[in-house]
Amino acid sequence: MYVDLKRTPLYERHVALGGRMVDFGGWELPVQYTGILKEHEKVRTQCGLFDVSHMGEITVQGPGADAFVQHLVTNDVSAIHPGQTLYSPMCYPDGGTVDDLIIYQMAPNDYLLVVNAANTDKDFAWMCEQAGTDVKLENRSADYGQIAIQGPMAQQILQQVCDVNLETIPFFAFQSGGQVAGCKAIVSRTGYTGEDGFEVYVSAEQTGLVWDALLHAGGDAICPVGLGARDTLRFEAKLPLYGQELSADITPLEAALGFFVKLNKEDFIGAQALRAQKAQGLSRKLVEIEMIDRGMPRAHLPIRAAGQEIGHTTSAGVAPTLKKTLALGLVDAAYIQPGTEVEIMVRGKGLKARVVKGGFYKKQTKSK
Amino acid sequence: MVKEGYLYSEDHEWVRVEEGKAYIGITDYAQNELGDIVFVELPELEATVSAGDQVGVLESVKAVADVFCPVSGTVVEVNQGLEDEPELLNSEPFEQHIFVVELDGELPALMDAAAYEAFLAE
Repeated sequence: MYVDLKRTPLYERHVALGGRMVDFGGWELPVQYTGILKEHEKVRTQCGLFDVSHMGEITVQGPGADAFVQHLVTNDVSAIHPGQTLYSPMCYPDGGTVDDLIIYQMAPNDYLLVVNAANTDKDFAWMCEQAGTDVKLENRSADYGQIAIQGPMAQQILQQVCDVNLETIPFFAFQSGGQVAGCKAIVSRTGYTGEDGFEVYVSAEQTGLVWDALLHAGGDAICPVGLGARDTLRFEAKLPLYGQELSADITPLEAALGFFVKLNKEDFIGAQALRAQKAQGLSRKLVEIEMIDRGMPRAHLPIRAAGQEIGHTTSAGVAPTLKKTLALGLVDAAYIQPGTEVEIMVRGKGLKARVVKGGFYKKQTKSK
Repeated sequence: MVKEGYLYSEDHEWVRVEEGKAYIGITDYAQNELGDIVFVELPELEATVSAGDQVGVLESVKAVADVFCPVSGTVVEVNQGLEDEPELLNSEPFEQHIFVVELDGELPALMDAAAYEAFLAE
């Protein structure tokens, strides 16, 4: 069956830059340009440019918007002000995860929700089902292009073409009044790499212009980065990926994201189930795992201990900057103590590994 | 890039025969398709192998590929250095053999450089 893949406004540029195009959840995007490891290192040491235009953008407006978003997600939206963003899971009544998203508060009762590309339609339908008549929801995904500029040199490079003083944007805050390369843009100090950096939202039509300007401004210090390194960067920094660490069958508490679940705020979707899960104690939890044996673990492989299956890997592979082979695993609560030895089943063979803590990349993001 | 002086399999291994021994590696095309190679599972030393047997595994950041043996005989050497530096298969694929097989008979039908180039162009 031939499936018509969706393309971002930057498709032609990816091809011209030598991007190796793949089908990513229905989107035709580059998995790499020059090589995953090279691109990974560039982001850790200098700067990388990512096309993330496939991400979904949903606006929520109207007199009931504040209360609606607060009810929709697990984190406490009342804690942020206009100009700030918040990361939060969004759950079903049973505590399973619909998606994880970034919430931009544009003004009181005015939000931009940024969701995972492959979940956009599902999320939008879910939100519409939950909404009353006092909020207006719009799926604006096709109107927005999104570019992430990430790495220790990101600020210096972006500043050359941005009229907002980037020093004034703290981590997880944004400015919506400025311009990048002469184009009206939302600029937030957010990202998915474990490095300092920004995400820039512009109109779909102007995305190419902004992309070109940033590549030009960065010169040798910047390179385009594909989905391959986007995944190794986020994995190495232990940032969750929906479909792996989170899913309809995995609650954010199980995924060790309890910090983003405010059980004491007013009622929200999934609150009862999550409070009960917390009260009873988790039967399984996400842990860090480091390989002892040589070998290459991957996502969705069985984990065994004491002769029985105790869970599965959610993400796994090389952590290029740490020069380690790591895994994240969802395992029975009896096996979550650091030091516990387990086996990851790779092609039918059990590879020895150990539960660890603090084994992943220490994020360099600015928490000022 | 295809190199003269080597024989090629349809699984994108190259073979170079010297004094009854077949040196076997992967082609530039294969390493480029796989991307950054981060793990090599070498064939078993002294194993008796037949042409077409799966004898090893290559893992790149994003993909996994089997290594097939394009000839028949006995594995008499493996390139241990690749365990610590698997990336050499990316940077110099034709200089790095993965293993060596002492042939126990005639070579099976393999492609020469021109034929492999045509095969890649198909």
